[in-house]
Amino acid sequence: MVLFLYGFALILILLATAAFIVYLVRQKKSTYHWAYRLLLVGFAFLSFFIGYEYYTLGVAPVLTLKSSLSFFAWAILLVYLLFHLKFRLMVLGSFVAPLAACLLILSSTLPAGEVAVKPIFRSLWLPIHIGTAFVGNGFFAVTFVAGIMYLIQESQIKKKRLGSLYSRLPSLETLDSINHFALICGFTFMTAGMITGSIYAQVALGSYWRWDPKEVCSLIAWIFYAVLLHERLTVGWRGRRAALLSLFGFLVLVLAFVGANLWLSDYHSFRNMGGRPG
Amino acid sequence: MIRIVNIGMNHESAPIELRECLAKDPAHADKALALMREISCIKEGMFLSTCNRVEALFTTEQTAEAKSSVVDLLSELGGTPFEDLSSSLFTHEGQDAVRHIFRVASSLDSMVIGEPQILGQMKDAYASATKEKTTGVILNRLLHRAFHTAKRVRTETGISEAAVSVSYAAVELAKKIFNDFKGKKVLLIGAGEMAELAARHLLTHGVSAITVANRTFHKAVEVAQGFKGVPVSFEEIGAQLLEADIVISSTAAPGYVITHEQVKGSMKKRRNRPLFFIDIAVPRDVEPEVNDLENAYVYDIDDLKGIIQVNISEREEEAVKAERIVEEEVIKFEHWLKTLEVVPTIVSLKDKAETIRQAELKKSLSSLGELSPSQIKSLETLTLSITEKILNDPIVFLKQKADRPLGKTYLDTARRLFRLDRENGDEVDHGSEQDDRTSEEKH
Repeated sequence: MVLFLYGFALILILLATAAFIVYLVRQKKSTYHWAYRLLLVGFAFLSFFIGYEYYTLGVAPVLTLKSSLSFFAWAILLVYLLFHLKFRLMVLGSFVAPLAACLLILSSTLPAGEVAVKPIFRSLWLPIHIGTAFVGNGFFAVTFVAGIMYLIQESQIKKKRLGSLYSRLPSLETLDSINHFALICGFTFMTAGMITGSIYAQVALGSYWRWDPKEVCSLIAWIFYAVLLHERLTVGWRGRRAALLSLFGFLVLVLAFVGANLWLSDYHSFRNMGGRPG
Repeated sequence: MIRIVNIGMNHESAPIELRECLAKDPAHADKALALMREISCIKEGMFLSTCNRVEALFTTEQTAEAKSSVVDLLSELGGTPFEDLSSSLFTHEGQDAVRHIFRVASSLDSMVIGEPQILGQMKDAYASATKEKTTGVILNRLLHRAFHTAKRVRTETGISEAAVSVSYAAVELAKKIFNDFKGKKVLLIGAGEMAELAARHLLTHGVSAITVANRTFHKAVEVAQGFKGVPVSFEEIGAQLLEADIVISSTAAPGYVITHEQVKGSMKKRRNRPLFFIDIAVPRDVEPEVNDLENAYVYDIDDLKGIIQVNISEREEEAVKAERIVEEEVIKFEHWLKTLEVVPTIVSLKDKAETIRQAELKKSLSSLGELSPSQIKSLETLTLSITEKILNDPIVFLKQKADRPLGKTYLDTARRLFRLDRENGDEVDHGSEQDDRTSEEKH
């Protein structure tokens, strides 16, 4: 059952990614519609998969790197679908879907270890904490993708070399406003994720903040994004600078996510959560 | 045998003076249409007149006679002697005429390949021809197929995608910087055809306001009036840089009108909102280093021309694809034209069957005595479906073979097999067959 749901989700999302890339090259609207439908169904299967895992495990399925990578991919797709409702930007899928597909492929290569669920995870705070944090990460992934798209488009216009991506990418203003909007949402969710996390820590471990490497990394990323948002709102930082910084911010975030989990072992580490590291 | 003929001139065949003679008066087209109607050997006709081309399209059975009448008509219309005119005219007949019309509609025959206006002009010309009822089965079909071909070319190739004029290229660029032009402001510095054209394009694309600056304020007022814009003095440009989103500059100033320093200062004050400079002036008005500033983009006339050059060569590549589509449609049309030849035979076949049916029905009804209306009705239906079903296969066969080499032979056999020609005797002349084919097509 689990394998069936996961396999279907993976295949559908990979097909959707391929279709999105074909759309980027060929610019056929029908291809895009297929890609979108495939992605939608793939997302549904992934949601079922995560829901099923939650049900069988009894806690949120984020205790191994394998399952949290799937969850990250799910969060990115969720945010993309929300953005699609707001911006209706077709080409965004051609950049977001590959990112989600990469995470899923990475996740599928990791071995599925046995998970011994410690009682500490049987708390409602866990899904709230990781839910908000991951949706926040999803939004930041969109700022990252929009940032890349912005930099490509901007350099083409600045250097007056209008390549094949020029006509395929949207206007700079659109990309910048996506970046801006995703930053605001991402920051809100990240803040909520950190607050709920510290409440969870207080409830479960008896202290709000423990200077765990992941906490520190996240705090750095949070401060970084806070500065970026502040400059955007007050001084009007935008365009290339904002795009570059959102790229950098996301890299810090990825470091916090993967690096802190694997190498800087503490209670956020998957090793200590009972699951074997990948 | 009916033929499609097309006589006319375009930018390649005739010098501008001659085209002007014919195209200068919009009433000419209507007049030409009325005159063409007078010519008895022309069956259907249509007249297209734009600033770059004048064309008469007609169908006829006496090709030579009709052609010389049309040339006479054109020389009368333009007030030019016959000899001067005939050397500048092109003539296409049959398949070539069909191909030509398809190419014109698809904008493959235009001076600027892919320009979109020609299709609209052709639709107008066709509309006035249908209003005057000078078109019939063949031209109606031809024009509809031409519009269909044009649509295919436009959607299946990139022939009219990228801009090929400086002012349009500037607008296209602005579209890639700004999401939409609503609420955006344009500052026009100086005057000049290209700059004003660019400003006008931006206005039609939804720009909210235009401000015009000029060295002589009097001139600024004058230009601003044309755009319903606001005139400002040359000294106010610095302040206007905080307001504007797109600056079009085209002055005769020897030095830079807008400097790096000036823009750098205003970028901060405008909270880094993007600023797009379109510098059409030679020598340049905007210091090139402005382009190095974040969120400021400068395109001068050479940059824009460079883009156009790329676009033009892209269009030429796309034109190859478009020619293939045209060829495909020409073949389809030819096929239809061939099936048209079998229409008179099919009509007389049906007529004959109907006459026999009516006669036999009448005989039977009189011998059957009293019948209820519903019984009569079912007899009608019975006989009708018998004749229809018997004729169905021969008709389908004839239509299928219409454009095959042996089509004519089959047609001839069918006429002899059913004794269609002797039946009607000498009463059928070519003209009435023509009417039949018209009525058939309408069904």
